[in-house]
Amino acid sequence: MSGLTLFQKLWDAHVVHVEDDGTTLLYIDRHLVHEVTSPQAFEGLKLANRTPRRVDAAVAVPDHNVPTTDRSHGITDPVSRLQVETLDANCAEYGITEFKMGDIRQGIVHVIGPEAGLTLPGMTVVCGDSHTSTHGAFGALAFGIGTSEVEHVLATQCLWQKPSKTMLVNVEGALGRGITAKDIALAIIGEIGTAGGTGYALEFGGSAIRALTMEGRMTLCNMAIEAGARAGMVATDATTIEYVKGRPYAPKGPAWEQAVAWWGTLHSDADAVFDRVVELDAATIEPQVTWGTSPEMVTTINGRVPNPADAPSDIKKQDWTRALEYMGLQGNTPIAEISVDKVFIGSCTNSRIEDIREAASVARGRKVAANVKLAMVVPGSGLVKQQAEDEGLDKIFIEAGFEWREPGCSMCLAMNADRLEPGERCASTSNRNFEGRQGQGGRTHLVSPAMAAAAACAGHFVDVRKL
Amino acid sequence: MNKFTVLDGLVVPLDRANVDTDAIIPKQFLKSIKRAGFGPNLFDEWRYLDHGEPGKSNHDRPLNPDFVLNQPRYKGASVLLARENFGCGSSREHAPWALEDYGFRAIIAPSFADIFYNNCFKNGILPIVLDAAVVDQLFKACEAIEAYVLTVDLDKQTVTTPSGEVIQFDVDGGRKHRLLNGLDDIGLTLLQGDKINAYEARRKQEAPWLFGGPQQ
Repeated sequence: MSGLTLFQKLWDAHVVHVEDDGTTLLYIDRHLVHEVTSPQAFEGLKLANRTPRRVDAAVAVPDHNVPTTDRSHGITDPVSRLQVETLDANCAEYGITEFKMGDIRQGIVHVIGPEAGLTLPGMTVVCGDSHTSTHGAFGALAFGIGTSEVEHVLATQCLWQKPSKTMLVNVEGALGRGITAKDIALAIIGEIGTAGGTGYALEFGGSAIRALTMEGRMTLCNMAIEAGARAGMVATDATTIEYVKGRPYAPKGPAWEQAVAWWGTLHSDADAVFDRVVELDAATIEPQVTWGTSPEMVTTINGRVPNPADAPSDIKKQDWTRALEYMGLQGNTPIAEISVDKVFIGSCTNSRIEDIREAASVARGRKVAANVKLAMVVPGSGLVKQQAEDEGLDKIFIEAGFEWREPGCSMCLAMNADRLEPGERCASTSNRNFEGRQGQGGRTHLVSPAMAAAAACAGHFVDVRKL
Repeated sequence: MNKFTVLDGLVVPLDRANVDTDAIIPKQFLKSIKRAGFGPNLFDEWRYLDHGEPGKSNHDRPLNPDFVLNQPRYKGASVLLARENFGCGSSREHAPWALEDYGFRAIIAPSFADIFYNNCFKNGILPIVLDAAVVDQLFKACEAIEAYVLTVDLDKQTVTTPSGEVIQFDVDGGRKHRLLNGLDDIGLTLLQGDKINAYEARRKQEAPWLFGGPQQ
């Protein structure tokens, strides 16, 4: 018999009950909650006269609607304010811990979870948010759910699931200078497509992945959903354990020893069999820039916008034509000739301390180009912001002409006041370049933090390795 | 949740691949704390020529005449015909809420994004996966024939065309049962209460750090 994959180990550890057809009641260890996808779930609980089964398993934070500018007067948009107040009221009523706006621990739900040690190896982690795949970086089974399932987890601490197929994305070799986890993620999506991971749990492995920091692994797992996979994961190793140690919700004392012993087993066995294996050579990955309205519409900084006439099928030709029209681009345009109006460094993909440091190292001693109307840095949490300020990174950005903001989801999805105006073009470290994602008519190009900072200073996309 | 048994539905073709949940219901409408009322803003950025905001009346907004849902022949459609990877992107259940509120009860596509697919079943919508070539034929037929109606029978797992052609589809048995009967998932899960209790008791021994708040 062959060995087990990491997915199978995590799955097996959480089975409560299996129906005859294989549908499984899976136990959920950690439930992260935010203001957008939870109000209807709490309302449903109340209407059915139910209460949360385990309030200690849930932690809430407002992130999508919060302003990233001065917060001393609260949220001015009354609709956004009501949503955050509704979260506050629900958490207060049921006794759920909430990192409120104003708490230094507040930030993007997928940043604060790992930061507080709420995300641990071996856990099942869910949240009413597709980027929950981020937490798989710890060797956890983490996936996004809808509001009905948020209510289901609150009421039962379980979810009905069927096992996913498994895919290993094996990235061997050393990354070139200036190449980051974001570039790996976009290169993988370019390879397998935005639906390539549908139905699979993705495991990222290989020497290039093992060499990544936890921040890099989180960026990679975060983007698993953009490849269609609900869950992405990386095996637990010494890097993971070092990151987790000492965090507020991490085990201490004898429980720590007990936990580490189990966590040491959270990797796919050498003879495990995956349903699909994809191989990438790290050395060939270059800085990635998307050109279209889907993350799979991606090329390298030295590439060109493709010509729809060269599309492999009629459907693709139609897609590319529509995307180029929306993006205001002509086929065959060199990527490095595309100028930008705004730059956004932030989001659950790229707002952790390492991301901020990478961007700052590019911004240091440079100035935001005159044609760039706004370049903003939005740290992922109050604690990331504080650490960056302790390192003096805020001053580097401000001197270069960037705005240094308060933590939240911000212009990744533009639910707050941070958004693109119609026709504006943005170099963004976020995860989705869909039509209208960053504001109606806005044009998004996904890049790494270093590439975003470089575009801000050059006024157009530029190879960060050549600066 | 509404039951789904048999549907005779007018079909509207949405000829785009990778339709994402931001397109289905743009983010500004996610600020609502209610579950209903999203239908008028379904596909808002494609459907209207101006910018929509929550609280704004939709009655006098300028419609985009080129968008397929606005064409008179598709008024009252309850079957949405779509291309591959429909519903990709965020986990927002507001997407199926908006589709359901508009009047859609079935969506046919060559493939769906996982979270969206799952969310549909929680809201009385049946997502049907058919072979891409079959979907392509349906696109051609419903564009060529006015008032093109498909009959969807969940119990028999069939889609029947106006000419009488019967197309089989697959659906998970448990989901089918719950959708046919309009059953509440939570109620069913609570029947397993003893097993959940037993699991928790065991895990408290094996992995005590998974319980309680900040660890001491």
